[in-house]
Amino acid sequence: MKSLEELRAIKAATLNKIGICNDDADAVKVLVGMATCGIAAGARPILNAFTEEIEKRHLKNVAVSQTGCIGICQYEPIVEVYVGKEEKVTYVKMTAEKVARIVNDHIVNGNVVTEYTIGAATINK
Amino acid sequence: MYRPHVLVCCGTGCTSSGSAKVIETLEAEIAKAGLSEEIKVTRTDCFGLCTVGPNMIVYPEGCFYSKVNVDDIPEIVAEHLLKGRPVKRLLYKKPVEKDTITCLDHTDFFRKQKRVALRNCGIINPESIEEYIAMDGYEALGKCLTEYTPDQVIQTILDSGLRGRGGAGFPTGMKWRFAAGNRGQVQKYVCCNADEGDPGAFMDRSVLEGDPHCVLEAMAIAGYAIGATQGYIYIRAEYPIAVKRLEIAIEQAREYGLLGKNIFGTDFCFDIELRLGAGAFVCGEETALMTSFEGKRGEPRPRPPFPASKGLFQQPTILNNVETYANIPQIILKGPQWFASMGTEKSKGTKVFALGGKIHNTGLVEIPMGTTLREIVEEIGGGVPNGKKFKAAQTGGPSGGCISAENMDVPIDYDNLIAIGTMMGSGGMIIMDEDNCMVDIAKFFLQFTVDESCGKCTPCRVGTRRLLEMLEKITAGNGTLEDLNKMEELCYYIKNNSLCGLGQTAPNPVLSTLRYFRDEYIAHVVDKTCPAGVCKGLLHFYILPDKCRGCTACARICPVSAISGKVKEAHVIDQTKCIKCGSCIEKCKFGAIITK
Repeated sequence: MKSLEELRAIKAATLNKIGICNDDADAVKVLVGMATCGIAAGARPILNAFTEEIEKRHLKNVAVSQTGCIGICQYEPIVEVYVGKEEKVTYVKMTAEKVARIVNDHIVNGNVVTEYTIGAATINK
Repeated sequence: MYRPHVLVCCGTGCTSSGSAKVIETLEAEIAKAGLSEEIKVTRTDCFGLCTVGPNMIVYPEGCFYSKVNVDDIPEIVAEHLLKGRPVKRLLYKKPVEKDTITCLDHTDFFRKQKRVALRNCGIINPESIEEYIAMDGYEALGKCLTEYTPDQVIQTILDSGLRGRGGAGFPTGMKWRFAAGNRGQVQKYVCCNADEGDPGAFMDRSVLEGDPHCVLEAMAIAGYAIGATQGYIYIRAEYPIAVKRLEIAIEQAREYGLLGKNIFGTDFCFDIELRLGAGAFVCGEETALMTSFEGKRGEPRPRPPFPASKGLFQQPTILNNVETYANIPQIILKGPQWFASMGTEKSKGTKVFALGGKIHNTGLVEIPMGTTLREIVEEIGGGVPNGKKFKAAQTGGPSGGCISAENMDVPIDYDNLIAIGTMMGSGGMIIMDEDNCMVDIAKFFLQFTVDESCGKCTPCRVGTRRLLEMLEKITAGNGTLEDLNKMEELCYYIKNNSLCGLGQTAPNPVLSTLRYFRDEYIAHVVDKTCPAGVCKGLLHFYILPDKCRGCTACARICPVSAISGKVKEAHVIDQTKCIKCGSCIEKCKFGAIITK
């Protein structure tokens, strides 16, 4: 790294890539919590299930990625889905069976699967 | 071979709402676009959502179009079937349920939190340096190297009021200043303490697993500030995922020239290596850590000399905790005033706690200093489960103590916690309810320190063992009131005479439970009962004659043949033989066996 300008160029280029903060309203980012807590609770099969389901449906605008500890370890495995600029949706206690429904209902058809989200779990009770 | 398949519902419902016309238009539009060979239109039976018909599904994606109008068909064909872009506005929209929270940010768990050290955890891919850079990563290092003198960097950290997050709370800027003399003339080291060993604490692991680059960046900033060219991270080998992600991060940072020679085109050179700890708790103590680092047995040594003058390999060294480092890039970027605006007068910023035990929302929480325990337990944590009553929160692990219910409204910061007889510690917070016996808790933590005492100094090696023996005597029902006084005396002796932090803080769990829960100790000693029903030595097992059916199941399972009785008659437990294993309670189908 020779200069701050070079660093900022990388920043701009990455921001433009799918996911973190781009303007494409169709871009979808799926983040799977893969810290020790998530992996112990079974996050790896979830990540694989997402990749397979997205492959099967030939979805081009969806990026699946791992991330660190989201914080509510009790509800692992946790998956957060970001669609364009919309507010992220937090799915908790994920299973491979839930993945297909989330891809179909939420990612493809834009209907959040409320019963799998954090609000349906007991977190607020 | 067809590319997309379009399924149009031709059930009675959709037919009556016009699906025949839809198919007709669809096929015409597909033919017009020259896609007849590629797209298969299939007439299917009812999908089950007749109220929103005519319905249509496009595979392979699985897009569900409802209330399809003939006028919409050209758009669907042109956009979706031709270009592969689903027409979002025409997709079926499920009615939104009211008052349902779908996003973590709106939960009580999250709302009260303020994420500084954990800002990137759970957001970026920890194995991608580009994503870290996209979140302003390494910008702070660049700013320091190109705009600040090393002394200005130290001043910024001093002004922020940041104190060490490893437990003791020493001002970070002061530590750096002590090590800052003779820049460029002597070899210095920047170390990171990632030997997180408190039972129940996992903040550092989460930072390293979720955002490893922020620690690397902060260490490079520290290196620039004190004039060091080499950094080391001492991390416990029990954190394999954190180790792997750190290795990846270091490799990427070297590739990008963010570690190595002439960073950002300046004269500053800095590199980082990992050292794996072998699992000794005492190696979290700074002098023991450095001794272990040098390849020797991990034992502490007296201070002074402090590491800032003679640390690793007898050279000036700074050693900070993972979470401390995680705050630094943000302080540089947002300014010391921003950081100092959070928290209390003497404890600035935020603190990460690993919340566990008898609480609804187990997890990792980052809160501004000065938040009360009540807010953490009742709002963020969601309260104690199963309708039980909150009894105490244990902070600081084996070095800390308890916050009892009466102190729930004390703002949590370094000094307030010391004042109520516990400490911040690294950030483990274990919530206990009425089913936890405080004497047993003290015994648990003391057992841990006895196991982990390195044995170098006598007060810790022998003193903690004697203390544990007294606690065992009490939980077995053989304690006397005099023992309580003796225990207190021994606690202070160990605190005052031990060589390092491990021994100096080891009696804290005992002292703090004696202070707030003396009545429980007295119940163990005088009444020979354990109010929470935990200490087995004080429990007695009885069979209720009116409930016992004489099935003999308990007598058959009892490993010491302490239960006698005839078939279909009430059984009796011989208290002299009973070893209180509890097998009979599990076996009894009639709830006839009780403890008291």
